[in-house]
Amino acid sequence: MGPARAKVAERTFRRDRWWLSPLGIGLILLFFVVYSTIRYFMNDHYWAAEEHYLTPFYSPCISASCVPGSSHFGTPLPEIPAFIPIAIVTLIGVGGFRATCYYYRKAYYRSFFLSPTACAVPEPRGSYKGETRFPLIVQNSHRYFFYVAALFALINLYDAILALHGVNGGVGVGLGTVIIWGNLAMLAAYTLSCHACRHVVGGRLRNFGKHPVRYRFWTLVSKLNTRHGQFAMISLFTVIFTDFYIMAVAADWFSDPRIVN
Amino acid sequence: MGYDLSMRVWRGDVDSGELAPYTVPVEEGEVVLDAVHRLQATQAPDLAVRWNCKAGKCGSCSAEVNGRPRLMCMTRLTDYDPDETITVTPMRTFPVVKDLVCDVSYNYEKARELPAFAPGPPDPDGKRRMMQADVERGQEFRKCIECFLCQNTCHVIRDHEENKPAFAGPRFFLRYAELDMHPLDTNDRRQLAQEAAGLGMCNITKCCTEVCPENIKITDNAIIPMKERVVDRRYDPLVWLGSKIFRRDERTEV
Repeated sequence: MGPARAKVAERTFRRDRWWLSPLGIGLILLFFVVYSTIRYFMNDHYWAAEEHYLTPFYSPCISASCVPGSSHFGTPLPEIPAFIPIAIVTLIGVGGFRATCYYYRKAYYRSFFLSPTACAVPEPRGSYKGETRFPLIVQNSHRYFFYVAALFALINLYDAILALHGVNGGVGVGLGTVIIWGNLAMLAAYTLSCHACRHVVGGRLRNFGKHPVRYRFWTLVSKLNTRHGQFAMISLFTVIFTDFYIMAVAADWFSDPRIVN
Repeated sequence: MGYDLSMRVWRGDVDSGELAPYTVPVEEGEVVLDAVHRLQATQAPDLAVRWNCKAGKCGSCSAEVNGRPRLMCMTRLTDYDPDETITVTPMRTFPVVKDLVCDVSYNYEKARELPAFAPGPPDPDGKRRMMQADVERGQEFRKCIECFLCQNTCHVIRDHEENKPAFAGPRFFLRYAELDMHPLDTNDRRQLAQEAAGLGMCNITKCCTEVCPENIKITDNAIIPMKERVVDRRYDPLVWLGSKIFRRDERTEV
C-alpha cells in the first residue's frame, strides 16, 4: 500500500457474493483435473471395438501398447510401461492447450492463485510479477499448443467419421455417435474461437485493407472469440461426458443404443 | 418516490481519514453523484469531489461505490436497496488528495513514456490513406474516456505499489495496441510494451474489461492481441525468421 493512498482499513467493501463464481469455476476445474488424471492413468476402456468409438482422451492412440483396432494412425511409439499414460502425447497436447488458454488462465488465476479472486478484492500475496518469468512465461507458447490442438481436432473428426460404422458393417449411428459428433462440434468451436487462432488468421496484420481474405477470416473468428469462455466450459463438459460414455460402452457397463444399424 | 439514503463517505487526506456517516434525501432516478452533490450542498460543504459532465463521458467522477470501481454519475441508486447503506470511497490505487479526489498523475507519466504516433511519408498528392476496415479497428480503443477505473482495479498496481514504475496498465496497453494495429504508423513498440510497460505482468483476469464504463473489450481486443504481437516479436522463432527472410516488418523499433 502506497504511503499517499487513502487510509481505508477494510480490505474490500464489496457485499455481493464475489467469491461464488471463482469457487464454482475452481471446483469444476478441479473435477476436470481429477477425472482426467484418473482416466489417463487408467490406460483402459478407451476403445469400443464393436461400435468403433475411440475416446478423445486417447486419440490418437499411437503406442504399441494400444489395444488392437484403436490405433488409426499406426504405432510410432513403442510399448509404454503401465504407470505412464499411453495417451501421453494427447495429454500434453490438449492439456497444454487448455492450460495456456487465455480463458482458463483467467479462471485459474482467479480460483487457485487468488490473483485476484475477484475484481477490487485484494490478493493475499506480498509480491507479484505475473507472466514475466519462468514458469508462467511459458504461457507465451499458447499458439503452438493451438496448432497441436487444431491437429487433434482434425484427428477427432476422423474418429467421428469412423464412429459412423455400423456394428454389423456398413453405416450406423448409435447414441455414442451423436455424443461424439456433438463433442466434436464443441471442441471445434473452442479451438477455432481461440485468441491465438484469431491472431494467426488475421489479427497479427497491421493492414486489413491489403489482406481482404484474412480480414474476412479474422472477422469470423472474432465473432466466435466473443464466446470463447462459453465454448471452453461447454467443451470441458462434453469431452468428459463423451469419454465417460465411451468408457462405459467399452467396459460393457451398458450397450450403446443403436439408432441406425 | 424519494427516500432518505444512508451513506458512508470517506473523508480525509493523505495523513488520515475515516468513513463518515450521512443521511441524504434522494429522489427517484438519481445517481450516486447526485447524492454526493446534495450532501455537499446541504451538510458537508468542504467535501472534495471531482466531477464534470454528469453524463459518463468526461471520466472525472471515478470512485468506488460499495467496493466496486464505478463512475458515480453512471451508478443509479435504483441498483441498491433503499435500506442499504452505500459506501463511497476514493480510488485505492492512486494517492489521495482530499476526500474522494485522487492524484491520477501516475497515468499521465505513463502516457508520456509511450512513443507517439509516427506516420510515414504521405502519398504523392500529400494525403494519407487507409482502408475503412483499418479505421474501424481502432474506433473501439478511441472510446476511452480516461476515467482510469481500469488502472484503479488492476491488481498489478492496486495490490502492489512497487510495480508502478514497471507497469503502464490497461489504459496504455489499449494505446499500445491501437498504435501497433495502425497501418500508417512506423514505430515498433512491441519490445517496449513487454519490457518498459510491463505487459507480461498482466495475467488477463479481465477486471479492466469488467469495470470499463465504455464497455471496451480491453482484454480481448487490446491486451491479448498485444500479447500475441509480443510473442511474434520475442517468443515465436518461426514468425521472427519469417519476418527477417521476407522483410515483412520494416518498422523502427523504439
